[in-house]
Amino acid sequence: MTNSWTDIRNTDLVVIMGGNAAEAHPCGFKWVVEAKANRGAKLVVVDPRFTRSAAVADYYAPIRQGSDIAFLSGVINYCIQNNKVQWDYVKAFTNATYIVKEGFAYKDGLFTGYDEEKRDYNRSTWDYQIGPDGYAMVDETLQDPRCVWNLLKEHVSQYTPELVERITGTPKDKFLKVAAMIGECSTPTKTMTSMYALGWTQHSKGSQNIRTMAMLQLILGNIGVRGGGMNALRGHSNIQGLTDIGLMSNMIPGYLTLATDKEPDFNTYMSTRGFKPLRPNQMSYWQNYKKFMVSFLKSMWGPAATAENNFAFDWLPKMDVPAYDILRAFELMKQGKMNLYFCQGFNPLQAFPNRGKLTEALSKLKLLVIMDPLQTETARFWENHGVYNNVDPAKIQTEVIQLPTTCFAEDEGSLVNSGRWLQWHWPAGSPPGESRTDAWIMSQIHLRLKEMYKKEGGALPDPIVNLYWPYKDPSEPTPEELTRELNGYVVSDVLDPNDPTKKLLTASKQVPNFGVLRDDGSTAAGCWIYSGSFTEDGNMMARRDNSDPDDTGAYLKWSFAWPANRRIIYNRASADINGKPWDDTRKLLWWDGAKWTGYDVPDIAPTAKPQDVGPFIMNPEGVSRLFARGMMREGPFPVHYEPFESPMVNLVAPKIRGNPVARVFKDDFAQFAEPASKEFPYAATSYRLTEHFHYWTKNNHVNAVLQPEFFVEISEELAKEKSITNGGWVRVWSKRGSVFAKVYVTKRIRPLICDGKPVHVVGIPIHWGFVGAAKKGFPANVLTPFVGDANIETPEFKAFLVNIEPSTGPVA
Amino acid sequence: MLKPAPNPPVAPVPAKFGDQDLLRKSASTIKPPAERQTEVAKLIDVSKCIGCKACQAACLEWNNLHEEIGTFNGSYTNPPDLTPASFTLMRFTEWVNPETDNLEWLIRKDGCMHCEDPGCLKACPAPGAIVQYTNGIVDFVHDNCIGCGYCVRGCPFNIPRISKVDNKAYKCTLCSDRVAVGQWPACAKACPTQAIAFGTKEDMKKHAAERVTDLKSRGYKNAGLYDPPGVSGTHVMYVLQHADKPSIYAGLPDNPRISPIVEAWKGVTKYVGMGVMGFAAVAGVFHYLIAGANKVTPEDEASAEKLTRGEKP
Repeated sequence: MTNSWTDIRNTDLVVIMGGNAAEAHPCGFKWVVEAKANRGAKLVVVDPRFTRSAAVADYYAPIRQGSDIAFLSGVINYCIQNNKVQWDYVKAFTNATYIVKEGFAYKDGLFTGYDEEKRDYNRSTWDYQIGPDGYAMVDETLQDPRCVWNLLKEHVSQYTPELVERITGTPKDKFLKVAAMIGECSTPTKTMTSMYALGWTQHSKGSQNIRTMAMLQLILGNIGVRGGGMNALRGHSNIQGLTDIGLMSNMIPGYLTLATDKEPDFNTYMSTRGFKPLRPNQMSYWQNYKKFMVSFLKSMWGPAATAENNFAFDWLPKMDVPAYDILRAFELMKQGKMNLYFCQGFNPLQAFPNRGKLTEALSKLKLLVIMDPLQTETARFWENHGVYNNVDPAKIQTEVIQLPTTCFAEDEGSLVNSGRWLQWHWPAGSPPGESRTDAWIMSQIHLRLKEMYKKEGGALPDPIVNLYWPYKDPSEPTPEELTRELNGYVVSDVLDPNDPTKKLLTASKQVPNFGVLRDDGSTAAGCWIYSGSFTEDGNMMARRDNSDPDDTGAYLKWSFAWPANRRIIYNRASADINGKPWDDTRKLLWWDGAKWTGYDVPDIAPTAKPQDVGPFIMNPEGVSRLFARGMMREGPFPVHYEPFESPMVNLVAPKIRGNPVARVFKDDFAQFAEPASKEFPYAATSYRLTEHFHYWTKNNHVNAVLQPEFFVEISEELAKEKSITNGGWVRVWSKRGSVFAKVYVTKRIRPLICDGKPVHVVGIPIHWGFVGAAKKGFPANVLTPFVGDANIETPEFKAFLVNIEPSTGPVA
Repeated sequence: MLKPAPNPPVAPVPAKFGDQDLLRKSASTIKPPAERQTEVAKLIDVSKCIGCKACQAACLEWNNLHEEIGTFNGSYTNPPDLTPASFTLMRFTEWVNPETDNLEWLIRKDGCMHCEDPGCLKACPAPGAIVQYTNGIVDFVHDNCIGCGYCVRGCPFNIPRISKVDNKAYKCTLCSDRVAVGQWPACAKACPTQAIAFGTKEDMKKHAAERVTDLKSRGYKNAGLYDPPGVSGTHVMYVLQHADKPSIYAGLPDNPRISPIVEAWKGVTKYVGMGVMGFAAVAGVFHYLIAGANKVTPEDEASAEKLTRGEKP
């Protein structure tokens, strides 16, 4: 989230699209209810189904799953055509005025530089023209035909309300009503918040779904302001923490990236991470990259990381592929190239796509280690459960070791919420049986490996034997020790260069913030963005002071928000170019003539003059990007691409199937249904229900009572066509698998008319399996396709094709 | 803005009400205290409810109830009806508004309404099995319950359920145990959107008026408070978007009142109650009375109907 949960109460319009906050985030949804009850805010829901969020919405519009970019591009087009643009914001704080290189163009769904063979682009033209002064060229008048604004205007012009209706199935009048409600928020005194979740991410173009809304929010001037923002509602407790800490194959903590094998040494690695400002005076905060990186390396290897060995950079793995994401991991497993899998707090047999492929892959492993507080399907993948898990245990040779862990309520530590708040928690109960903390288990493995490497050597024992392990009890580091390390500490005294009698930093003290981190090895920090969370003043995450001066919703003394306890990021954009708040009733920061002051921690230096330094400090431009340069694999502007399995061909680019740059493994392509398939005519989507949390709560009796049994949802129209009765059994199948389910025939799903033809939607909740208290059932991933988002490989769980027929139910 | 639900006290606190605060007691004549306690009420704002069922879970947990794991029955309403172990239930109704042709998903938390004029209590033949406190809470005293089922018949809202395990009647207590020590009912405490609020009846009515104003501003011209006069008002009230049509909310009675049958049977009830007192020592007779009372035949009902019309049965 750019903003915080508590800030949602400041909004005028909540748009829930690509998510279902009332269903999946009922506790956070309270802030929507507050905004409605106390500010008169309106709630708009755009979703293929009439959801629990829609039940309390002021306006609902249906949409075909996988067509969000067409809808939102249509809204951007509407705003441009109807002058619903916050011009002062757009001109000052976005790259609308920047001039794009000659050669960059868009035609028939593709941008310049496409290589069909590689399913990738040469992105060299996707950038600004650089002037003789070394800075990006701009045209403040927006007259230059090559400026971003004019290219954007042209790019979205084809998404007329008529075309939007043909693609999305949203009736034109409903689309226009939503567009008008959104357009009203282009005035400086009205803000809109976007609340989205997996309904946008779980598509083969998930990143672009989100980006399109972000562009719309910039055009409306709604980023960096109270009640605005792009608010990603995270799906798991602490999944925000997972990304912060870099638990992806190609990341390291604090959104630093691992080197590729084309970057064999530290200097080469740093050469593309200098981030020189693209406009005068800009902070371009990633210029400090080296300080964060060296501090990270110091926290990893302590005294063994020295200036002489480039702080042990060579001990970090180098990537030979863009990422070893979950889909690649299971593909490699299936090919027999990955033999050992550690599965920590994860149930991939339920959570990843194409169940059949997952079972096949797990069956080829030599060793599977499960660390989990619960019994999981993955741990039991080899066990026969009739139709629900029809495997032959005799044919599976994988050794499975289950290590029971404690759960969050039995341990202390911090959880990071969607609003980037690190909140400390304390144990509420004692761990049962033989369960151990994850830290204890990992330490045991590490200490044993360390011993083995010391004794036996190996190809490269250094990273393991030198791993810095300064904990009081090496067999189990405490949460406090680990979080102090993440915050960072001073390794050796730093003296004031102007007055060497003065110490700037004192060895062994916790660092107060990331501003003091250094690239000479005198500081260490496990995760630079967490600096400030555990300082010499104590554990900031444990703070529970809910005072809120002037009721702004900031709550600066409650827990700690990264970065730097900032509650709304890009908050300098809450004031105009002269530092005057856009909305006096919703002030956040303002320039008092000498410095920035207000209710939040400013992004920019407190004394940075408002006309000089832009709010988007992580970008070398200092402004936000309507034109993404080469940062997105599909292109600098979003394009509507159909899901890989779609009930229709792409109307804007009929020759293109799916996302042209999404990675698809060879065998998986063969398992996709054709566009507009007769064999699989119905558009399916999968989702969560409020009664359950993923695959955990089916182990809990009360949750199982509240939603006991697997079902799918269809419209009355489809039920009639297929002679299906409410509450009866159906069989649903895709090109990858087949499930039996009870059926809910509901008015909440209606056929959508797309390009003149009805598209029937089949809704599939995800929560059942063959383990737990609830009735045995099928998980949705039996049906879903094995393909992910082109940028980050989140699987396409939200749009695929199925068929359905009435059934007498499974035979046990 | 509503105040949040209070957190529990760290030290024990004395109960705010008890046996000395009874307003009514089934099949008994009592002298209520001279002064009533402030009347309390739970306000269920249907327009704020997201149907998350946290109230149902909290009710099961707080009251230590064991509901069976059922099956899917073609609706999000689970279990499909109130049971002796489910004192509350989210009822989901898909309703197409004929005026706008828009679908509305009406989600109503069903459960005891704690009537000011409680039909269950009036129908109950077992002395002290149903009591009403002066703050308005209607509670079942299971030690005194004889499982006759008259409360079910007496309830205009079809709420109490008889347990097959111990043959006693069960329903929502308005968490009288929690309210007695200054806490909100478990459902209200658990509700993430404050769709369930709790306080004095006066405050809840004030808050409801604000909510109705907000709903009217959003086009719900018939929004209103459900506090039905037929039972002299209730201590569980609803804010409804369409207060002119309560029955669209999964059969919420448009004009609930105590069944004339029950009113008529009141005479008989008193007789039976006196009989119970008189023959309590004689187990056989006691059993006969219960067994007899459990079976209300159509003939009995017809007789009762006649009674209400002043005819001889």
